[in-house]
Amino acid sequence: MAKIIIDEERCKGCELCITACPKHILVMSEQFNKKGYHPAKQIKPEECTGCAFCAMICPDISIEVFK
Amino acid sequence: MKKVFGRPESLTDVPFTYCPGCHHGTAHRLVAEVLDEFGIREKTIGICPVGCSVFAYLFFNCDVICAAHGRAPAIATGIKRSKPDSIVFTYQGDGDLASIGTAEIVHAANRGENITVIFINNAIYGMTGGQMAPTTLVGQVTQTSPYGRDPKTMGYPIKMSEMLSTIKGATYISRVALTKPAYIVKAKKAIKKAFQVQLDGKGFSMVEILSTCPTNWGLSPVEASKWLEENMIPYYPLGEFRTPEEVA
Ligand SMILES: Cc1ncc(C[n+]2csc(CCOP(=O)(O)OP(=O)(O)O)c2C)c(N)n1
Ligand code: SF4
Ligand code: SF4
Ligand code: SF4
Ligand SMILES: [Mg+2]
Repeated sequence: MAKIIIDEERCKGCELCITACPKHILVMSEQFNKKGYHPAKQIKPEECTGCAFCAMICPDISIEVFK
Repeated sequence: MKKVFGRPESLTDVPFTYCPGCHHGTAHRLVAEVLDEFGIREKTIGICPVGCSVFAYLFFNCDVICAAHGRAPAIATGIKRSKPDSIVFTYQGDGDLASIGTAEIVHAANRGENITVIFINNAIYGMTGGQMAPTTLVGQVTQTSPYGRDPKTMGYPIKMSEMLSTIKGATYISRVALTKPAYIVKAKKAIKKAFQVQLDGKGFSMVEILSTCPTNWGLSPVEASKWLEENMIPYYPLGEFRTPEEVA
């Protein structure tokens, strides 16, 4: 069991996490955050392994990982 | 479930002011994680530069002083010598360290000052809007090299890690990148080694971090990472140039 929490307000929509996720379960949300960016969002949370690649590559430390 | 990844204590809660995808944020986090892991936050003093990371004092949860452009190694020298028990690091861009501050970094290394230098090489002057830096690649288009850097009139990109490695007083010098998780793991190890050298009183340490500046490169963050891997790494090879064993 693994889980990530994305802080949508800290996210700047850079898409680096999307390219880093080996499970390809991160996408950009259609919604805007307060800064006007499309934040990252996780689809198929059950496939998340908790590898933390997304969190490691996020320059804005917008992702927390739980295992 | 246990939290296995989160914000390090050595950073404040203030959101970074950097552009989307800018590697300054990742570099800050790695330094902060190392301060946490060594438990040295409260005795650490950082010196931030002039450049986009001039605001680093807002982000690092330790004492931080802002230096005049390029002068961080001189200030670090004074602090470390007057407070030898403190841990002192500078955080400098390539305009700061490799251009206006070249004399300071060379002589701090040559004196073997027991400080740690985090050198952010993004091949451009980020803060001022994308002028050519000494580290700008041949052919790279910037605001002040609109037809691409031409070595005939602008010289070749300067390799600071290699240059400083010729100096006997430099104990640890290494170059890393942050474009993928495997590189980030190595970068953290290098930063940890650099601080270990200082903790052991072994002298000058520097980690050069190849970084993106998506905004002034005119690329998306993902394209910028690719550009760095394809263009910067071949010219600025990653690895350790000097290690304590070599010096001993
Ligand atoms: C004495 C002085 N000269 C010039 C400047 C203008 N200036 C501000 S930041 C900068 C260069 C920043 O580039 P770099 O060090 O590479 O940092 P980056 O923003 O790319 O991280 C310059 C030339 C200044 N602030 N002070
Ligand atoms: S922890 Fe790993 S698998 Fe889960 S979303 Fe992040 S990168 Fe993908
Ligand atoms: S890497 Fe971070 S800032 Fe960039 S899109 Fe993903 S969560 Fe947002
Ligand atoms: S201008 Fe470049 S170096 Fe400065 S914050 Fe933006 S991306 Fe980063
Ligand atoms: Mg720069």
